[in-house]
Amino acid sequence: MREFLQMGGYAFYVWTSYAVAAVALIANIVVPLRQHRRLLARIARRARRRSAGE
Amino acid sequence: MNIVVRYFHTLGSPPYFYRLAQRLIPWLAAACAALIAGGLYLGLVEAPPDYQQGESYRIIFVHVPSAWMSLFIYVVMAGAGLVALVWRVKIAEAMAVASAPIGATFTFLALVTGSLWGKPMWGAWWVWDARLTSELVLLFLYLGVIALYGAIEDRRTAARAVAVLALVGVVNIPIIHYSVEWWNTLHQGPTVTKFDAPSIHISMLIPLLLMAAGFMFYYAVALLLRVRCALIDREQGSKWVGEIAGEKA
Repeated sequence: MREFLQMGGYAFYVWTSYAVAAVALIANIVVPLRQHRRLLARIARRARRRSAGE
Repeated sequence: MNIVVRYFHTLGSPPYFYRLAQRLIPWLAAACAALIAGGLYLGLVEAPPDYQQGESYRIIFVHVPSAWMSLFIYVVMAGAGLVALVWRVKIAEAMAVASAPIGATFTFLALVTGSLWGKPMWGAWWVWDARLTSELVLLFLYLGVIALYGAIEDRRTAARAVAVLALVGVVNIPIIHYSVEWWNTLHQGPTVTKFDAPSIHISMLIPLLLMAAGFMFYYAVALLLRVRCALIDREQGSKWVGEIAGEKA
């Protein structure tokens, strides 16, 4: 396990590459998911307000 | 009207496409996770170290698929842009616009992981050679598309402007691909995408292809997630969006 993590002395380069990729790819999923939820909530809120106003 | 044309008309309708995306996303995400998990395991654990580069070469499994995706997504973006310009299909507009940030992410990753690979192997984080420079131009093209879309108020005009910019930028794609053959570069030549058999051992090729397939599915998921938002945003006054918002609330 230690040997695996050390990557033959290249640990910094190898693991930084994978960490940056993981962060960037996860962010690209989380951002539109949250935007989707926010959009639907806003539309539902506006519809409720409209029906309350009638 | 024949069946194929009619199917494309249905597919081009935002409510139909939205519901199709809803159904597809979990399956595509599961395939993506499985492929990437398999690729990571085979690439980081099972594959032997390289005879010249030792363990550092393992960056290949994230670097090369990212670079492939950066080119592939650009071509898809330009293709969707062309469809949007010629046939005014709303979904195609949304796809072109939604592809830009995902493509920019992969281009950024190709550059960063390349840099992290270049430092121990070449002794430099960055060199102004043809491959690296043309890939950097690709990043600027993506950022240009994003900025241009944001700068124009009317969404449909913005999407058309973006499509034109994306199409003009296609000229950069063959330049990137052939840069390692046309110029003397520090970057190594292709090992997989060439006419002879790939000059990479099968134990390294399989994880590389698994990661590439995983990234393809990732792109599909990320694209659908963004297109979904774009459709709701653009059609927020319509009945079908109201129904969906009502279901969720």
